[in-house]
Amino acid sequence: MSAPYAKLPAWADYGLIPLINLAVAFLVAGLVVMLVGENPIRAAVILVDGALGRGQNIAYTLYYATSFIFTGLAVAVAFHCSLFNIGGEGQAYVGGLGVAVVCLAFDSILPWWLVFPLAIVGAALFGAAWAFIPAYFQAKRGSHIVITTIMFNFIAASLMVYLLVNVLKPAGAQAPQTRNFLEGGQLPKLNWMLEAMGFTIRSAPFNLSFLLALAAAFFVWVLIWRTRLGYEIRMRGYSPKAARYAGVSETKIIIITMLISGALAGMMALNPVMGDQNRLQIDFVTGAGFVGIAVALMGRSHPAGIVPAAILFGMLYQGGAELAFEMPNISRDMIVIIQGLVILFAGALEHMFRPSIQALFASLGSRSTGLEAQQGEGS
Amino acid sequence: MADTAIELKGISKSFGAVHANRNIDLKITAGTIHGIIGENGAGKSTLMSILYGFYQADRGRIDVAGRKATINTPSDAIALGIGMVHQHFMLVENFSVLENVILGAEGEALLNTSIAKARSELERLERDYGLEVDPDAIIEDLPVGLQQRVEILKALYRGADILILDEPTGVLTPAEADHLFRILEQLKDEGKTIILITHKLREIMAITDNVSVMRQGTMVATRKTSETNVEELAELMVGRRVLLQVEKGEATPGDVLLSVKGLTVKDSRGVTMVDNLSLDVRAGEIVGIAGVAGNGQSQLLDAITGVQKAVSGTVTLDGEPVDLTGAADPADLRERGMAHVPEDRHHVGLVLPFEENENAMLGYHRQAKYLNGPFLNIEAIRADAREKIEKYDIRPPDCRLKTANFSGGNQQKIVLAREIEQDPKVLIVGQPTRGVDVGAIEFIHKRLIDMRDQGKAVLLVSVELDEIRSLSDRILVMFAGRVVGERGPEASESELGLLMAGVEEKEAAE
Repeated sequence: MSAPYAKLPAWADYGLIPLINLAVAFLVAGLVVMLVGENPIRAAVILVDGALGRGQNIAYTLYYATSFIFTGLAVAVAFHCSLFNIGGEGQAYVGGLGVAVVCLAFDSILPWWLVFPLAIVGAALFGAAWAFIPAYFQAKRGSHIVITTIMFNFIAASLMVYLLVNVLKPAGAQAPQTRNFLEGGQLPKLNWMLEAMGFTIRSAPFNLSFLLALAAAFFVWVLIWRTRLGYEIRMRGYSPKAARYAGVSETKIIIITMLISGALAGMMALNPVMGDQNRLQIDFVTGAGFVGIAVALMGRSHPAGIVPAAILFGMLYQGGAELAFEMPNISRDMIVIIQGLVILFAGALEHMFRPSIQALFASLGSRSTGLEAQQGEGS
Repeated sequence: MADTAIELKGISKSFGAVHANRNIDLKITAGTIHGIIGENGAGKSTLMSILYGFYQADRGRIDVAGRKATINTPSDAIALGIGMVHQHFMLVENFSVLENVILGAEGEALLNTSIAKARSELERLERDYGLEVDPDAIIEDLPVGLQQRVEILKALYRGADILILDEPTGVLTPAEADHLFRILEQLKDEGKTIILITHKLREIMAITDNVSVMRQGTMVATRKTSETNVEELAELMVGRRVLLQVEKGEATPGDVLLSVKGLTVKDSRGVTMVDNLSLDVRAGEIVGIAGVAGNGQSQLLDAITGVQKAVSGTVTLDGEPVDLTGAADPADLRERGMAHVPEDRHHVGLVLPFEENENAMLGYHRQAKYLNGPFLNIEAIRADAREKIEKYDIRPPDCRLKTANFSGGNQQKIVLAREIEQDPKVLIVGQPTRGVDVGAIEFIHKRLIDMRDQGKAVLLVSVELDEIRSLSDRILVMFAGRVVGERGPEASESELGLLMAGVEEKEAAE
């Protein structure tokens, strides 16, 4: 009786439902496109072509996806502890400071492959430190983490403007940004990987941190499902009372989870700062922290879902830019609307179609499996 | 032959693939008390929810007073004269009795006139049925027995001729339950029809005229109560013969393994829940704590097991002191040989979304056998879970199944297997058979007796007086946070009942 609906097979749960959600999101987005007087089918073709049509575009899509994997993982780890970390934006921003500090200090004396691990540590440490304060307040004082992390996004933004303008900007320069990193502070591009597959690329920011993102995804899977710490994180996430009963310190678990979450968000900064722009600029995060929330929701907080979801959002970013360029009626804001619809249907309304699909499966599945399930319940 | 109040014909209801009710026929004679009995998950509540309009049946028809009725919402049911007293009261705590009674039946936009009318109507009902309650009392100040009376008044005020009571005695002392039964008898004499849903066989025998037994969504039998007996009903419920009496030999108590002295616990609002309480539990005995729910038993369990901090008091576990006011940590206590089957297995004892094997080590997951350094030893964890499933006959035998998909009895077996298999010195057990089917109760009771016979100290808290009496070697009665009396297992129910109601020791002994 506790499970009123039949269980879905895994492929339907993780494949079919997200696909249906996505399809509905695009249908509604198509209506919006029609509303502004453009042909939705042509718009879809431009969007997909703009994201995947040429090697150049694929490289950009993967570049954006890299950032979203990091922030998506950050949100997902916190989700498993039932903490809603919406401060990925600020944590990534401050993480960028960690990257910049390391690069500025070592780029003239060390090769990139020695600076890279140091920069990873710097990004993770700075991101984690920025997540620590809200985590501490949540664990010790009960201050709600949603409120504190979102406020810390604003504090991070102000802090970074102050540092860039007053501390990090080279004397005499106009733009609020650090000096350009030397070769030791520049990550190698991965464009050759796509070129090896026969694509041609003029220049694109797709870089080594993509592989780091995939490694982080694997790390998160191991952490959550294969370690004692992950077990305790999930325990606290599902049932704080059960965690207390099991002798798991809530304070400790909340803080550790948020440190890991913040570290992952901070590592996002490696991609734009060290992999592309090779300097620390104002507002380099450009919303990736918030997209991470959608990615984590759509990916069901599982790394195997987060990577494809991040790539999907990378496509929307890259393809959306092309679309805005090709169709003058579709502004940048329209792209944000389309992304919002995907978030709405894939994230917030994730369960909208679930009951009917479950009912469908229940009636399609042979009657005997239904009976078995019921006897299992009753025994 | 008396009139038929309600007739259900071929009622079926499924949730997805689960058939909660299958082709149910039921005829309830007007002016009788009709019991519906069955294990948890047998479909009793679903059936009553259909009758009261919370759910709609997939198939079948309902006749009320001989006419086909369409019941889509509770208001339809109320209009047909059907009232329901829920297991968990639906009262506004900070409203007065009168305000609660007219809630949803206010009649007019301005309350003044309707309140005056309601007051005289309420007074008439109270007079006619012996349901005295002060109309101006605030609900949260009333004891549960009176709150329940307000629920009954609410239904009568709306003109109910047919009253459904869902597990009405779960929260009552034996004396309050007896009073309730007298009220029900009186209602019956006034011509009302009463449907009593329960899983307590004793209540069925005591008060009903007819009884229907449900099992796994079907109606397996309807009997005249005078023509059946407890054994037959239990067998019908479970589908096989059940041992209702717990067999146990003499206890051979040894050293004191758990000793509590002067324990005081306050809740988050600062109200004293456990008040300077002392008790000892020896090796090889079961000490039962009887009491009406909410008299500090939960806080006592939580404090002893380190889940909640105590204000003052000392506890010694096998001769070693435990610091309960400071850093008593459930993990530490487990290591020292204290196992704990918590009262609330859904939120405390288990993590329902976890796979079974993940729950089979909950709280013991720091032990080396489950780990490879910081990593979980998945193979060992699952092997361990499969072993327990086998030994405790947990069904379905699938350690990868989500815990939420097990029945109440099997969930409790998962907890019990986990705690008992650690071979603890002291076992603290809260409500071991709450929401557990009859078959599993028998199994759980046997296990607890086994623990006692192996020389463990068992502290048992339960609101089921029968359970306390049949398992305990000594019974402590708790009232308002204190132990108000100690009795042997031979103490009569009425004697314990008086203690549970807070009647002073001397008076109860008379």
